Amino acid sequence: MAALPSSIDDCAAGLLAHDYVAERELACAVFLALRLQRPLFLEGEPGTGKTEIAKTLAALLDRPLIRLQCYEGLDMASAAYEWNYARQMLEIQAAKEGQRLSSDELFTRRFLIPRALLQALEMPGPPVLLIDELDRADEPFEAFLLELLSDFQLTIPELGTVSAAAPPIVVITSNRTREIHDAVKRRCLYHWVGFPDAARELAILQRRVPGAGEALARQIVGFIQGLRGIDLYKLPGIAETIEWSRALLELNALVLDPETVHMTLGVLLKYQDDIAKVQGSEAARLLEQVRVATHG
Amino acid sequence: MADHLATNVVHFSRVLRDAGLRVGTDRIELCLQALQLGGIASRRDFKATLAACLLDRQEHRALFEQAFHIFWRDPDLMGRVMAMLLPRAQAKPGTPPPPENRRLADALFPQAAKLPQPPAEEQARIELDATLTWSQRELLRQRDFETMTVAEWAQAKRLLAQLQTLFPRRPTRRWAPAAQGRVAWRASLRASARGPGLALRRERPRLRVAPLLILADISGSMSRYSRMLLHLAHGLANPQQQRHAPRVASFVFGTRLTPITRLLRQRDPDLAVAAVSRRVADWSGGTRISACLHEFNQHWARRVLPADATVLLITDGLEQGADDDPRCEALAREAARLRLRCRQLIWLNPLLRYEGFEPKAAGIRALLPQVSQHLPAHNLASLEQLAAMLRTP
Repeated sequence: MAALPSSIDDCAAGLLAHDYVAERELACAVFLALRLQRPLFLEGEPGTGKTEIAKTLAALLDRPLIRLQCYEGLDMASAAYEWNYARQMLEIQAAKEGQRLSSDELFTRRFLIPRALLQALEMPGPPVLLIDELDRADEPFEAFLLELLSDFQLTIPELGTVSAAAPPIVVITSNRTREIHDAVKRRCLYHWVGFPDAARELAILQRRVPGAGEALARQIVGFIQGLRGIDLYKLPGIAETIEWSRALLELNALVLDPETVHMTLGVLLKYQDDIAKVQGSEAARLLEQVRVATHG
Repeated sequence: MADHLATNVVHFSRVLRDAGLRVGTDRIELCLQALQLGGIASRRDFKATLAACLLDRQEHRALFEQAFHIFWRDPDLMGRVMAMLLPRAQAKPGTPPPPENRRLADALFPQAAKLPQPPAEEQARIELDATLTWSQRELLRQRDFETMTVAEWAQAKRLLAQLQTLFPRRPTRRWAPAAQGRVAWRASLRASARGPGLALRRERPRLRVAPLLILADISGSMSRYSRMLLHLAHGLANPQQQRHAPRVASFVFGTRLTPITRLLRQRDPDLAVAAVSRRVADWSGGTRISACLHEFNQHWARRVLPADATVLLITDGLEQGADDDPRCEALAREAARLRLRCRQLIWLNPLLRYEGFEPKAAGIRALLPQVSQHLPAHNLASLEQLAAMLRTP
């Protein structure tokens, strides 16, 4: 387990060493979350690197990553713990032949199946706990998280309270398909992860897809930054930029040309309306813009 | 940490709080802790630290930026705040101050409002400005939305109870005890442990009314119905019976789209409708259905429209333009997108009150193929008919 970063600079450098190019504000929020032992609440468009932060932190601090993917209807049994009912039933049956089994014995650790949240609390070296896309879970689940997020403990009615020896590093992400309750946000440090500017996107691309040449990378970034200026239903995120670059490499493209863009637009845009809007003249205009910017 | 920095941070937080951000004492404390860890070296780090601790939603970002800029840097603080309090007519053309500015100015210097009154000439200018932004005509039209009579309200409430049939209950992924269904192991076990023998308990998916989204047209052609429809929206958002109430999000649109979900949370219907009419700037203006639907699809749909929702689109569908007008094409496209995002799209149309109504207007014909149901809604009676019709399968 590696030590926590000692300053914002240290934190930014650490993230960079693991190929995460963070803007200064994000590095600052991460640093503070680590030092103040507060959960980090990241909101932003899909594909801007919110989940990646948790993975990078796990690698950087050399800790295991426990991931809880949220979905509608997620409840305590699948998020925190569950009793092993089948085994309890068997024990009851066995006990009936011999002596009686009291319910105290029935609800003990050996019948408990820990899930992500409980695992995160009980791990000897505190892990990185990623609660991904919290906006997908329904509201009652948020209330359940409150105790965990403020005190890093979990109450199991039959057993008592389980507290973490050392608090895990918690990263919560949300795509903002709905608002998360203030009570959850209050316990966290907040950061909005937006689309990167051209310079940062280029840096990200060069680190994540080193095979792409300087010229091609610049063109890709220029094209995507241009795309984000258009009124599209779903703007491409950094994930799409990286995917597209890989696709272009697979096609052995050296520069962007209309035909290649036409063929690979589906990697960038995920709605037919958006593709129809960009294809043809709009793409040609963007390409021309990129050409002027990179040569001039 | 230097005492005066702490004092200033506390002051800054209070300014943010007065400007409408929810900054509790705990956040201020967190912020002071954070500043002790560093982050005072550069202005950017300092701002990032304050933002991470004091902000909790992106919408407040602009306000925070302005407050930070004014509070922590500007030497001519007083002059700037005074400039903000001057009427807009004096601002440089093309650079209107963002709407938050006034709120922020009030928060920064509450006493500034009580400063010596500007001379009479200034006041005249302010009045002129007000007439330009909030025309007499619009003020008059607001009177359409006065209070409802007791009888009307009672009738509306009865009606709303019947309208529940519009919104069938759907199974959720949570479970509730039931006589039949799958075996509930947890409950069974508890029951079994209590007595001899094996007691099986069962459970079923819990039912929930599908969430509801109301998009109501308040343009000029709809003005006769707007009040009643707003009351309808309010009634749906504040049901008498909480048990099977759907989650409701509401918007009104004319030339612009305005979210009114929060305004309708006010329990008193007249206060709620009054709050809406204060907020909405484009009462009885023109209609730009396709533009408003576009804005909804683009900026709101992902946040307020779950995939299993019922959408109530309340409009007469009178978009300007002929058949081949690009606006009608756009209307069809936006309605189709909306349709794809929800479970059913119900169009309540007051024009259907006319016997032998024919969809002649281009806007109506563009909208019609996209909706799941097209129903009349011109008065309480027609809604009653509607409810009756929905009750009989």
